Amino acid sequence: MTLFIWNILLAFVWVALSGNFTGSGFLAGFIFGYLVLAFVSRMSGDMTGYTRKIPQVIGFTLFYLWELIRSNMRVAYEVLTPTHYMRPGVIGLPLMTQSDAAVTLLANLISMTPGTLSIDVSNDNRMLYIHAMHIDDEDALRADLKDLERRVIELLS
Amino acid sequence: MSDFLTVFFLLTGSGLILIGAIGAVRMPDLILRMHATTKAGALGVGLMTVATAVYFLDIGVTVRALSILAFVVLTAPIAAHVIGRAAYFTGAPLWERTLKDELGQNLDRRGHYLRSGLEEQDRLPNRDRPAE
Repeated sequence: MTLFIWNILLAFVWVALSGNFTGSGFLAGFIFGYLVLAFVSRMSGDMTGYTRKIPQVIGFTLFYLWELIRSNMRVAYEVLTPTHYMRPGVIGLPLMTQSDAAVTLLANLISMTPGTLSIDVSNDNRMLYIHAMHIDDEDALRADLKDLERRVIELLS
Repeated sequence: MSDFLTVFFLLTGSGLILIGAIGAVRMPDLILRMHATTKAGALGVGLMTVATAVYFLDIGVTVRALSILAFVVLTAPIAAHVIGRAAYFTGAPLWERTLKDELGQNLDRRGHYLRSGLEEQDRLPNRDRPAE
């Protein structure tokens, strides 16, 4: 977190020195500051995790958008074809983490992935109830959801 | 080129919202309707804001469009969660071809309490549970 503040300060220094007081100038300063911090933290050997986190966050955002597009195609197919091929059901997914932030992000992500919609979390944060459009292959579905959960925990750790 | 992209994003976005609306009519039960409206609505609105950003090509408009996109994508699942939860608490029926329902059996409608079904395994005292 402190490295993030340093990064913003470096971006301001860049803006002041280059005299380019615009959004793109700030963005350029932020990118250069990030590169400097990544270099320094690699040289000094104490990786605080910040420089590794930014690519992770970008990757996660892209993954989220991609899942959203895929789920839209799936829903569009289900809506526009005349017969319903759905075999819906509600399943409970035991959670490995009980932190509120991780559960919130995971529930959001599950709602945006194809064919699943998170409905509720049990009061002790240990079970997430999910409505799925296709539960023909429940084990594969659970494995996919576990994979998502692992991603979220990695991102927030 | 910019015009072409604008038209493309606008048409795709409105097409998705149309699909969401058709889905809201055609799907057999409330939660399946939510599937259609949540996903198609979020991405449809997102694509339309992207179209405005591409059309104006202005930093202020782009930043606003991207923040609208971010907030819509972040809040749509929360709305779906609240509506789905309300449906369960008021006892809205599921489609008759629903295969299984692991939530209904763990739900205490009167106390608004949802069990995880894991309590018996570790026999921890559960202090959150309202007295009956």
